[in-house]
Amino acid sequence: MGLGMKGWGLASRAENTPEKTRRFPSWWVQIIITLHVISFPCRSFALDGMVVLTVEAVAFDMPGDGGGSIGLRWDGLLEETAEARYQIFLSDRAEGEFHLVVTFPAKTHYEKDRPAPWWLMRAQRPHTHFFQVSAYAEAALVDGTEYFLKVVALAGKTRIESPVLSATPQANWFHWAKLNNFLFMLAFSAGVLFSIRYARTNPNIFLRRIPGIDAVEEAVGRATEMGRPILYLTGSGELTGSGDASNLSTIAATVILGEVAKRAAVYGTEIKVPHRSAIVMAISQEIVREAYLTAGRPDAYSEDINFFIAADQFAYTAAVDGIMLRERPAANFFIGYYFAESLLLAETGVSTGAIQIAGTDAEHQLPFFITSCDYTLIGEELYAASAYLSRDPALVGTLRGQDLGKGFLLVGLVLGVLLITVGVLFGLPIFETAFQVFHDFR
Amino acid sequence: MLFWQRTLPVLITFVFGIALVLQYYVPHPASENFLQEISVWNQIIAGFAIVLGVGSLLSTHYLKIKHQESGWGYSGVLFVSMFVMFGAGLWAEGKAEGTVFGWLYDYVLVALQGTMFSLLAFFVASAAYRAFRARTLEATILLSAAVIVMAGRVPLGEYLLPGIGQISDWIMNVPNTAAQRGLLIGVSLGGIAISVKIIFGIERAYLGGRQDDSA
Repeated sequence: MGLGMKGWGLASRAENTPEKTRRFPSWWVQIIITLHVISFPCRSFALDGMVVLTVEAVAFDMPGDGGGSIGLRWDGLLEETAEARYQIFLSDRAEGEFHLVVTFPAKTHYEKDRPAPWWLMRAQRPHTHFFQVSAYAEAALVDGTEYFLKVVALAGKTRIESPVLSATPQANWFHWAKLNNFLFMLAFSAGVLFSIRYARTNPNIFLRRIPGIDAVEEAVGRATEMGRPILYLTGSGELTGSGDASNLSTIAATVILGEVAKRAAVYGTEIKVPHRSAIVMAISQEIVREAYLTAGRPDAYSEDINFFIAADQFAYTAAVDGIMLRERPAANFFIGYYFAESLLLAETGVSTGAIQIAGTDAEHQLPFFITSCDYTLIGEELYAASAYLSRDPALVGTLRGQDLGKGFLLVGLVLGVLLITVGVLFGLPIFETAFQVFHDFR
Repeated sequence: MLFWQRTLPVLITFVFGIALVLQYYVPHPASENFLQEISVWNQIIAGFAIVLGVGSLLSTHYLKIKHQESGWGYSGVLFVSMFVMFGAGLWAEGKAEGTVFGWLYDYVLVALQGTMFSLLAFFVASAAYRAFRARTLEATILLSAAVIVMAGRVPLGEYLLPGIGQISDWIMNVPNTAAQRGLLIGVSLGGIAISVKIIFGIERAYLGGRQDDSA
């Protein structure tokens, strides 16, 4: 280990700045350390409290981060005793003054323990240490500023310093740990687009029956026969943020609304769509207007079909429950994203004897809907509904793309479970490492 | 006209859709700033949209009163409540503590919300009664699992049937988690697929237009 220690210096205990460090010519250091290593067994190092660092310490800008941090990597000691520890010093000038960043026991902070994917790790050596520095004198590191660092090994009365290393933190434009996620996203998106193209040339794709969607026709027909309105709720999604989990199900709810409204327009059945979100209401107005136009009944369209109630969860619930009890709609649709109001709405609907169809990807509300509604679209069935109702080849093709993705994940899951189990049984960590491609690194 | 109604919205959706997808993979501060800027724009749009919402609300209830439809008295209550709350808010200059506005919020609105929420307990009981009637094999399995989980979550259950807590934990951690993850995989893939359709303009129903084959 000591054979490659070019650039390392030995220093007295109290000195830790570069100018105070007494430098030896690199070949001198090599000879001394080589003699040390050859002439003393490892146990002697431990007994003497002697600590030796190798030359391979490097400081570098952390790859794939938003800036403001520097990584430090160095090979471990020949023998890491219980009292041995490392210190990391940092300065914004090569000549110092160096600030102590951290002190930690020598048997900690190994690179192999760092949660990073294999495609970002160099060949792992069990004794390589790693530390990430992201603050200087209690302030965050500034991107574009060169910082100077050194590692100090302490064991007993011995202190050995690395040479002064430098690195400049930079903000990066790609999070390399998310490379697997990015590639899967691209592959799956390409698969979906390819499936759409395929579906346009081969429109007769088999779609399994989804009872909940088949029941839409039945529900509209029932409302028509009874001369009562249809109540359609688009859920509690607000379409107000890119990170909002309710966005997609709310969009799916508005798309299905178009198909339901088309059928209601054809049969001349009244439809009521109360909203919690004014944005969703505005979108739904456009969709319903278009549905009535498509059905050839623009005269039957009214702006009052969609109406706003309240953004407050329980005010909205109370108002919708009131509509159910007063107007007794023959069919209730609960499509979209729901919270605690799901059961309050669905149970009130049960008490009025309406046929009820629900569809949500809010997994915590699904049991309530399954219990209280006649039909429930579970999770992804909600997204499939618009394709199923319209039979548009472009939309049907996406279902095929989803199935391809699910097939791939299914094979990956089964293979992964088998291979990782074999790896654990026979001590082969390679499988676990390989299957990091399915891990979501953040 | 078609450009403003169809092409431009699809173009905006495409550009911002791709940008927000890439944002997830870009750690640079510029990416974070972009996301924050989008959030601010979302809030601004939501602020304007509330005008639409209140307009719709007033219009609906005004027509109900005008035509004296069934239950029009409730619409009157809505108008009175809305203007009292609005007036109290203006009078209190938006402050809640020690004002009529705060009092109305704490002792009327919160109480009404609590009342609605408390109804959930009764509805859970009635829904559970229907779901747990052991008329089929599936309902019987559901009933058995529910009894074990409920018994395993209370001290009395563990006292009467030692070890039931572990069985309860197993049901929650293994079959329940597996089912939830299965659901999540389907939802995630469906979510990506619908996003791809929207970003590439294949799904345009949300714009209020018919699908066409030009995508």
